[in-house]
Amino acid sequence: MTLFASVGYQGNWLEVLQAEFMRNAIIGGVIVALAAGVLGYFVVVRQHAFAAHALAHIGFPGATGAVLIGIPVTAGLAVFTVAGALAIGFLGKKLADREIATGTILAFATGLGILFNSLATKNANAVTNVLFGNLLAISPDQLVTFAAFTAVLLVVLATIARPLTFASVNPHVAEAKGVPVRALGVAFMVLLALVITMAVQVVGTLLLFGLVVTPSATALAITARPALVAIIGTGIGLASVIGGLVLSAMFNLPPSFFIVTIAFVTWGVTLLVTRDRHATPPDPNRTPGPSETSESAAPHNHRPVEVAATSGTARDLVRPCPHDQ
Amino acid sequence: MTDVEPRVAVQLDGASVSRRGRTIWSEGTFAVPRGSVVIVIGPNGSGKTTLLQVLLGLLPVATGNVEVLGNPPRRGNQRIGYVPQNYTATIGNAVRGRDLVSLGRAGGRWGLGGLGADDHRAVDDALADVGATDFSGQRMSQLSGGQQQRIAIAQALVDDPELLLLDEPLANLDIRNQRDIVDVLARLRSERHVTIMVVAHDLNPLLSILTGAVYLLDGHAHFDTIGDVVDEALLTHLYGTTIRVVRTAQGDLFTRSA
Repeated sequence: MTLFASVGYQGNWLEVLQAEFMRNAIIGGVIVALAAGVLGYFVVVRQHAFAAHALAHIGFPGATGAVLIGIPVTAGLAVFTVAGALAIGFLGKKLADREIATGTILAFATGLGILFNSLATKNANAVTNVLFGNLLAISPDQLVTFAAFTAVLLVVLATIARPLTFASVNPHVAEAKGVPVRALGVAFMVLLALVITMAVQVVGTLLLFGLVVTPSATALAITARPALVAIIGTGIGLASVIGGLVLSAMFNLPPSFFIVTIAFVTWGVTLLVTRDRHATPPDPNRTPGPSETSESAAPHNHRPVEVAATSGTARDLVRPCPHDQ
Repeated sequence: MTDVEPRVAVQLDGASVSRRGRTIWSEGTFAVPRGSVVIVIGPNGSGKTTLLQVLLGLLPVATGNVEVLGNPPRRGNQRIGYVPQNYTATIGNAVRGRDLVSLGRAGGRWGLGGLGADDHRAVDDALADVGATDFSGQRMSQLSGGQQQRIAIAQALVDDPELLLLDEPLANLDIRNQRDIVDVLARLRSERHVTIMVVAHDLNPLLSILTGAVYLLDGHAHFDTIGDVVDEALLTHLYGTTIRVVRTAQGDLFTRSA
């Protein structure tokens, strides 16, 4: 049992929660959960979860490079994720193309991150902090930057939310209607880069999915109403961050673990509870297949239907039926 | 009302289009009268979708002149309703049918302002006109192909367009659903007086409502009344396989490959 010697309930956790570093952590976590929850709806609706994950990796050399040259980690992360966002946004139109392009850039970026870190040998903790997050080390300066990023995000999203939704779900129709689909896609990627820059510092590159994608995906399983998805997604994110910090204080373990665990459990339970709702119901209008009995076919489709084909295929059937009128 | 409007919905005059230097089709000179239901046919890659993109103002013609509803084509023309091919491919499982129709109405508006009473009425009317009211609150992923296509058409209708462009609306539908969608189109034409152009591979499901056809043959765009297009020699040439035109026992025209 010595393995678990360091895992134990800490009676003074209420005091820990009142410490200054913990107050900063709570403020930072709340800001990031808010930003991630609001943008998360679009990440899921645009089917950009993979891009979110990739941007976090692309930020990795930004963070280790910043340590190497002695600038704030937030600045390094922002430069790399925004550049990566622009590259992904302008590259391949089709999602299939984008996955290859994104994955290739991702691998290269991660390699760079390792290089920068090995050059900056003096700070061995940097890699761990970037990969797994260190919410407890958030400084007041970072909080100011986070607040500014989130303010920009909210203002821009409030302006573009509807055209962005339209461009996300109906790109061809939106384009025909005059919506600037491509520009909105690039704007979305830049906003995503800002959120990733913040979220990496909370839960880290490797756990980022749990804070940026999972809460919104959970909310979408509950409801399809966009505003409600944003509210519920933000709520789950906030609960994960605050709950994670409290548990971290109670058990003296990294908050990242508890944050993603709360998000994960919420997601899993939600999927279990709502799974019946997402099963495709039998379609009352469906034409019965050949394997079904004629009794089941009888109730609908009284009108005669002619079958034909204009090309020379096996569908070459002509079956005129007597009209009922 | 129709007296003061031009009698022609779509007019091409010596039009040709090219992509990356390659001419897709040329010598397009024809006029599609208002109130028509026109099929756009041609082999794969002959430029059917390209024609729709020209009418939508998404692709300029290389030569010649095009007028849509009396004006040059332009993006964002609210007088045109459009249903693209593979409509559901980009939707995922996150969106309800009604939301899509609302986006068709207000999706281009910036800012947070909600939909007005007019907008809600237009959405309700469009859903009712295609028979989609009952399932419009469900997610698209839970609807059948025929129901999804009704939502797509409702979205195209929500601005009360004068011209409806549909790209392969019958693809992947079973025969009953094809028939239902064709019935919806017939009703839209008679009740909303909308001109309809449909890209499709199979003439037969649509024959009962078609008045004309644009056919893309040997790199040229042609238009004729449906009676002249349903012709064995023409269709055989068009599809590169022998096509026969037969009449059913009820006297309905009908094409088949021989």
